[in-house]
Amino acid sequence: MTRTRGRLTRAGLLVAVITGCAGRGSTARTGVEPAGTAQPAPVSPAASTTAHDVPSHTAADAKFMTGMIGHHAQAVLMAGWAPTHGASPGLQALCERILVGQRDEIALMQRWLGEWHEPVPAADASHDMMPGMEHMLMPGMLTADQLVQLNQAAGPDFDRLFLTFMIRHHQGALTMIKDLLGTTGGARDDNVFKFVSDMNADQSIEIERMTGMLAAVPPQASHP
Amino acid sequence: MASLVTTHRPRRTAAALQALSLMFGLLAVGGCASSSSSSSSSSSAAMAAPKRDPRVGLKAGVADAGTALWNLRMVSNTQPSEKFAGVTNSDLSFSGPYAIQGNYNGFQVWDISTPSAPKLKTAYLCPASQSDVSVYKNLLFVSGEGFGGRVDCGTGGVPDSVSKDRLRGIRIFDISDIANPKYLANVQTCRGSHTHTVVTDPKDSENVYVYISGSAPVRSPTELPGCSRATPDQDPNSALFRIEVIKVPLAHPEQAAIVSSPRIFNDLAAPPSHGETPEDSARAAKTAADARAKGAFTAKFGAMEFVLPSNFVDPMLDSIVKARGATGAPTGADSAALRAGIPDMIARMTGSGGPKTGPTQCHDITVYPAIGLAGGACGGYGLLLDIKDAANPQRIGAVSDSNFSFWHSATFNNDGTKILFTDEWGGGGQPRCRATDKPQWGADAIFTLSNNTMTFKSYYKLPAAQTPFENCVAHNGSLIPIPGRDVMVQAWYQGGISVFDWTDASHPKEIAFFDRGPMDSTKMVGAGSWSVYWYNGSLVSSEIARGLDILELTPNPLLTQNEIDAANLVHFDYLNVQDQPKLAWPASFVVARAYLDQLERTNGLASARIAAVRKSLAAAEKVSGVARQSALTTLSTELHKDATTASDQAKVHLLAGMVGELAKSAS
Repeated sequence: MTRTRGRLTRAGLLVAVITGCAGRGSTARTGVEPAGTAQPAPVSPAASTTAHDVPSHTAADAKFMTGMIGHHAQAVLMAGWAPTHGASPGLQALCERILVGQRDEIALMQRWLGEWHEPVPAADASHDMMPGMEHMLMPGMLTADQLVQLNQAAGPDFDRLFLTFMIRHHQGALTMIKDLLGTTGGARDDNVFKFVSDMNADQSIEIERMTGMLAAVPPQASHP
Repeated sequence: MASLVTTHRPRRTAAALQALSLMFGLLAVGGCASSSSSSSSSSSAAMAAPKRDPRVGLKAGVADAGTALWNLRMVSNTQPSEKFAGVTNSDLSFSGPYAIQGNYNGFQVWDISTPSAPKLKTAYLCPASQSDVSVYKNLLFVSGEGFGGRVDCGTGGVPDSVSKDRLRGIRIFDISDIANPKYLANVQTCRGSHTHTVVTDPKDSENVYVYISGSAPVRSPTELPGCSRATPDQDPNSALFRIEVIKVPLAHPEQAAIVSSPRIFNDLAAPPSHGETPEDSARAAKTAADARAKGAFTAKFGAMEFVLPSNFVDPMLDSIVKARGATGAPTGADSAALRAGIPDMIARMTGSGGPKTGPTQCHDITVYPAIGLAGGACGGYGLLLDIKDAANPQRIGAVSDSNFSFWHSATFNNDGTKILFTDEWGGGGQPRCRATDKPQWGADAIFTLSNNTMTFKSYYKLPAAQTPFENCVAHNGSLIPIPGRDVMVQAWYQGGISVFDWTDASHPKEIAFFDRGPMDSTKMVGAGSWSVYWYNGSLVSSEIARGLDILELTPNPLLTQNEIDAANLVHFDYLNVQDQPKLAWPASFVVARAYLDQLERTNGLASARIAAVRKSLAAAEKVSGVARQSALTTLSTELHKDATTASDQAKVHLLAGMVGELAKSAS
């Protein structure tokens, strides 16, 4: 197979930054003021937040959004490799959908944090990749070594490794959502609830799809 | 898959070009869309959508957004009442002259008997998301799913993660006096109710059933005893992998309770997917064939053929050589033996075991009791359910689709020969109608339905690119009762409203639209049409942020006044779109003329003959009694004869049948 692509090293990963995420560099990322005197625009699709007395902005929600941006950023990094790593057409289509979906969600979470005047993290996959800091990884996230391993795989090996890692990654996101919902003050706002419910549904379906795809990847070559 | 893709591509490309040109401050590329219709004759050009799609580039604004209308008229826009303003409007249900509009703060009842001036009958404050609403006779059902809904309808939310005050399930109201709804009871469920479907059982007049859907997390057993998040193999009472059926005794609705929890997902094997797969598998097959020609080994996994790597093949060849007691290089016979054995080997490797898959819940279920079927939009699947025993629905078919992300809802055509599923890719909060978003993603998928088998035919997606600041994806809609055609009106959030014809399942076509510009030109602010349904002549749309819109169809070459008038003969006493009613038209001259208009549009019958039939109909209408009966009976017989040579035989028979009914009603 002839394919030109830089081998990403552990050092390289430290500076690997997702580019092209919708939120970055756009006005939506920071400094967006709520329109008029209305309450800040919440997570879509509501026009405005619920008018009853439920707090629409809690520490639990902000922590979740902040963490999930980094979590998504790693998924975006991984999915972005599909076209250059000889992924099967089916996996490339899945990765394209993950790219679009998670970039949009990153932009939404950045916007939400900005509108509540919370610090807005960049969608930067290097954030949690510092050697020795793996214990701080959010659930399901790949270590730097695992990212290198994935980046060095190609063809069916990439498919198999990607699916294995991404299923775990998605399961980690579901764990984060479950934790949020079980936390006092977590997702009590209907719009935050809807956003995480949608994410929960999408990623559950993708886990199922990836599980089916993984079962159909050609088996790993034996090494006599 | 491909048919709609090709239909859409030119226009979407045009939209993309326009978007690009706008981005660079250039004038929009005028007429670039016309290249796609350059082969059209002048008459069909008149039927085509506007060349430069007016939905592209609309001015942003909340109340003063730019609008684009095609073949529709805006009748009224009504702002929400005080306690509902600024809070998400959701789904709609109808009873008599009233439209009941769900809202995350409760529900509002609008008297729409004068569509140009809807009047608020009541605004009932009782927060819960999503407040999906349905009616049956004097009963109103409202869904609660989120964590903030309270049993007592209080506005304080429920801060604790476990609380007896929380309502997740359905609320039941008595709306005998609709200005003063009476909260009768609620039924709590483990996963709450994202949506629900009222199911009438033609054989059971004493009860009505409610199917509960929603994929939200299972709540704690401390909050609602018996709720289990474990998988069914760990706990047979798991709240996953099942739906809930609530039985509501009409004489005692307060005794409503869960009557069954059918496990309609059991043993759901992934059905063959399609979408890009045919192209993908063709490409893979070619690669494999090329590799085989060079001596490589290949294997099929599902629909895809892969080239097996040598480090996979070599040890197997070696073992074949060993098995015949030899050593050294494999012979041609060894290679042939391996080739023959590969399929079995692969089957052994992939054929069994594996984790349990399948959806754990449905998003929504549309029942069509008249044909005893329901369409379930469930996780990654579209399911066909047999609901002849309403309390115990059974799965009888399933489809999946590699282009579908989140199966959201279903609509049958009136004959029950087609089913349309929507894909709410991204959940409705995301801008999935940008020029860069694929036309087969976040779209409708249209299937034919025959002998309980669903066969994919095409996708339909809103054909006008929207901005990144407009949440847009396929959402709720209903049939418009135009006899002889399958026409649907559908909400696309900030993509607006699209009316399309899917009579030809392979070539759905837009025939009308309405769109507003984004809420804000600099950032995403969620809004748009949550649902739009035809109800007794009006297209009623629940706008998430902008209130209640009422529109009506205007006659045009794609939909004539006769067809609109024929649709308006259909009258509902009440309507829950997810409890799909069978449409029937009374014997009427306007229905016959609607069929004639359709035959004329499609050249389904010779034009001279159409003109003659119009004359005969007009003459018959002027007379009465025996003269009318005799004229129409003769015409009906002639038409049945015409049908045998007409290019649209079915439609001519339909017309002949309607003329025959008119003859009978003349006596």
